[in-house]
Parts: sequence; C-alpha cells; structure tokens
Amino acid sequence: MNYFDQDLTSLHADLVAKKISALELTKATFANLRQVDPQLGAFLNLNEDAALKRAAEIDAKGINPDNVMAGIPVAVKDNIVTKGLTTTAASKMLENFVPVYDATVVEKMRASDAIIIGKNNMDEFAMGGSTENSAFKVTHNPWDVSRVPGGSSGGSAVAVASGQVPVAFGSDTGGSIRQPSSFNGVVGMKPTYGRVSRWGLIAFGSSLDQIGPITRSVKDNAAALNMIAGYDQHDGTSSKQAVPDFTAGLDGNVKGMKIALPKEYMGEGIDPKVREVINNAVKKFEELGATVEEVSLPNSKYGVSAYYIIASSEASSNLQRFDGIRYGFRAKDVKNLEDVYVRSRSEGFGDEVKRRIMLGTFSLSAGYYDAYFHKAGQVRTMIINDFNKVFEDYDMIMGPVAPTPAFKIGDEISDPITMYMNDVLTIPVNLAGLPGMSVPAGFADGLPVGLQLIGKAFDESTLYKAGYAFEQATDVHQQTPKVGGAN
Amino acid sequence: MAEERINADQVQHVAGLAKLEFNPAELETFTGQLEKIIGMFEELSTVDTTDVPATMRLSDDTLREANLREDQAVKSSDELRHALLKNAPETANGLIKVPAIIDESGDGE
Repeated sequence: MNYFDQDLTSLHADLVAKKISALELTKATFANLRQVDPQLGAFLNLNEDAALKRAAEIDAKGINPDNVMAGIPVAVKDNIVTKGLTTTAASKMLENFVPVYDATVVEKMRASDAIIIGKNNMDEFAMGGSTENSAFKVTHNPWDVSRVPGGSSGGSAVAVASGQVPVAFGSDTGGSIRQPSSFNGVVGMKPTYGRVSRWGLIAFGSSLDQIGPITRSVKDNAAALNMIAGYDQHDGTSSKQAVPDFTAGLDGNVKGMKIALPKEYMGEGIDPKVREVINNAVKKFEELGATVEEVSLPNSKYGVSAYYIIASSEASSNLQRFDGIRYGFRAKDVKNLEDVYVRSRSEGFGDEVKRRIMLGTFSLSAGYYDAYFHKAGQVRTMIINDFNKVFEDYDMIMGPVAPTPAFKIGDEISDPITMYMNDVLTIPVNLAGLPGMSVPAGFADGLPVGLQLIGKAFDESTLYKAGYAFEQATDVHQQTPKVGGAN
Repeated sequence: MAEERINADQVQHVAGLAKLEFNPAELETFTGQLEKIIGMFEELSTVDTTDVPATMRLSDDTLREANLREDQAVKSSDELRHALLKNAPETANGLIKVPAIIDESGDGE
C-alpha cells in the first residue's frame, strides 16, 4: 500500500480497530516500496527482516490506543545511527559501518513501537543540496525524475512524497530538511537547536545540526516531533525546556496572528514563479485573519558566507575522527601511519566533503582565523539580532524555502557557489538556532514550492498552528507526484 | 585581481593540515574552486563588526551547567566489544591493529 490516502490518525484508528495488523502494514509497505523505489532511489538500505519481526512483536503485545506512532512504518536518514543496521552517511568512508548503539531519536522510535523500514539516501555526510553527493546512488524527484530531490535529506523527503512511508526523519544543518521538503511537496520541520537530541547523529556542524520529521501533513509532522523531542543526558546541548504536545492547538485559527515577510526573502534572485506562490500564500493568511507586514533582515544576505565558514570549520574538526584506524574505510597497501590517515581520507571522502574540510581547515588556520572564523561568528551574532528585533513585534516570519523549484540532475553539481546559494533562505534559521518549517504552498511549472515558516526559539507550536491553518485552507497537500503509484 | 587569495602551494599546505592529498589535476580544480568560494567569503570584510561579540555556540548556558552529569565509568559487555572490533579495519588478539609509525617499505612485513 502507499500512504497517499491515509494519515497517522486514520492508520492508527485502523491498527487499533484491527482492520490491519502492524505486520500486514509492514509487509504492504515493503511490497509497495519494491514497486516504487527502483525508479526513485530513496533508500540505501532496508531493514526488512528486523522490521517484520518487530511488527509481529507489536501485534502480539497490542497497539497502545494512546500512542499514534505504534506500528507505524518510518524511514531514517542514513546519518542517524541504528544499532545493528548499516549506517553509511552515504560515504564510502562508512560503507560497511554497523553502529553498536542507537541514536536517541532511534531509541525513542523503538520505545514508541514505530517500525524502522530502512535508511535513506542523502548527500555524503549531509553536505549538499541535491543528494547528488551520495557515494552510492542518485535519488530522483518523484514529480519529475529528471530533477533532483533536493538535499541533503533527499531520500527521506522522496520516501514520504512518493507514498512509501508516512514519516521519515532527516537532519538540517543549513536547510537539509526544509529544502528537499519544498522540492518534493511535503512538510518538513527543522526544530529549535536543542529541541531534539543530536546523540547518534553523525556530526557535521555541531552548532547547527538538528534532526526533524518529514511527513505529508502538518498534523502528522507534529505527532512525529512529539515522539523525538526532549532533553537527553547524552547531548549537553539538548534543552530542558518543557516539550508541549505539538498536535494541540491545531484548530485552523490564525486570526490576529502577526506575521513578518522579510523583503530580502522576496527580492532579486528569487524565481518570479516562486514569488507568486508565496504572494498567494500571504493572501491566504490575510483571508484567514492574520496580518502580514514587510520587515527587513538586513544581515541575512551575509548568511551564506558566514555559514560556509562556520559549518565547514565545524565539519573539518568533526571529520578528523575518520582516520582509517578504529572504524570505516582504510586504504590498501599503506606504508606507515601517516599514509593510513592521508590515503584513507583521500580515497574515502568524496569531493564536496573534501572541499568543506579544506574550507574549514583554511578558515581555522593560523593567520586566517580572525578574518574568517571569528568574523563569521560576529556576523552570526548580527543575524541573530536581526531575528530578535523582528520577533519583538511579530509571532512568526514567512517566506520561500528556496529561490527555485527542483533543478535538473547534473545542472549545478560542478559549480559549488551556485549550489551553496540554494541555501540562502534556510541558512539564517540554522545560524540563529530557530525552528523552521516547509509547508507545501503551490506549484511552479508543475513542481512543488514550499512556504517557509520561521518561529521564535522553542515555539514550534506556532509554526504547526499556522501551517495547519494554511494546509486546511488549500488543496496543495492533496496533490500527488507522478511516481509513487497514485493513479 | 589585486591579490591572490589562495594559491596551489597554500592549498597543498592546508591539505597537509587536513590529512588529505590531491593529484595535480585535483589540485588545480580545488585551487580554482576554493579561490572562488573564499572570494565570496570576502564580502564579510565589508561588514562593520566593531564591538560585536562572536557567536560560537547556541546552547543556553544556564542549562549547560545543569546538563553536566556525573563522570562515572560504566562497564561494557564482551558483546559490545566484539561489535566494536568488527568495525575496525584490522584487529589482532581482541585489539585494534595500527600500522607501524615508521615506514615499513625497507624490509616489508
């Protein structure tokens, strides 16, 4: 079966009423996946035997009527470690790596009786915006298979958009949940930094990374975030802020909500067709009784530069651990220890990862630290201050997720700067640690366009409330892509 | 262009720091790409950041204090040790094997 006609609420009702068992649902999920995924390439690795065993166990103990995730098939990005299940981060470096522990979010999935179906393709180590940087396969956009799915969580977004699973979990360092969600017409949430534990997320940019859910509907997304949010003693940067029920308050009412529209998000460099979709969304919010006013985030234009210095610097440090000694790829015929390091890293990492390591090492090196790394940190403060100022007067910020819809496979991969500019509207949110969500807003030439909602720190609830109201007032989320069996 | 931002020698130097190596063709490509990207970074030099503190992390510092846990040793299982070693490229007698630090090419193994 595919997941176009059902959401978590209706699936849960069927499971509780025993209209379908968890085992039947799991089997049907794999049967559909085998039909659909060969055309798309959303999965790197399936967990079929363990998933079927787990589903049978869940059926035996019974579906908890108070737990909407019980028996629900989910997919997980391949940079989130899963005990006993190969986790590669789409890198040759980790081609045969089998984690010995579960990420905290995976532990929570297991504790909630969610069923892990498999691991999703991505840009190597989450570095990229098209999933073309995977060492293993190309993932295709189900709305037009000649186009990229976005990235880096491209496989996760495609798995949901093509109806293979109702929920997938990605990670977002500079837009890696929101941009593929926009390109695939699904809902993707990058929670507040600290809302979700990063324990077991293979580290890229540690001051930026967050794990979040991708779903077809806003309500499903809120339910999935409920499952994974919260403080974790294994992640010192996870927050002890109380976790609300994110599905509460989804009532379609945004009357009186004050929304800011940054002029920098609607200007030059934004595809006019994307702008038109966003302008229509603005009108819809106004019809629903919200006020939308233009504001300025004057330093957001420096976000791309600041981000690529900071994220690359953090990555160059985090990726030192891949040394060919304890785990991961080791080059053959090495002469000595230095040779192990250099050859294993040079043969094990792909070009984009090497580029980031080089940029980061350069930015942190003697003589350049002040002009690059420290300067980027100062600009980051200015970007944060811009957001704080807007949030003195507004409940939420709105704009596009990406400047364009999905581009063609192969079009941008050889031009790093063009690729980096795709992140211009998502990066400031990571630099400031704020929650950001992509909600399907419309189409440009038949390709999905996402609306980005940006909230105050730890105020994901407002984004869900607004996203739900918008979704219920439009029929965008009911459209289905060409590939996925929705005929 | 007034001055070169980064040249092939510097790229070689940075590669050495990062434990990476490039062949001549890769070196040329990477130098060109890094030159352009670092050129983009230079827009930051036009931003007046006088007296602006740098943000290096986002955690709530009051929470961070409370997040410190006891530093207690936890005994791990043989099963875990076995699983860990299975990921190592080379092992001997239940330990991870590391190649000789000094060049072995002289007398071989």
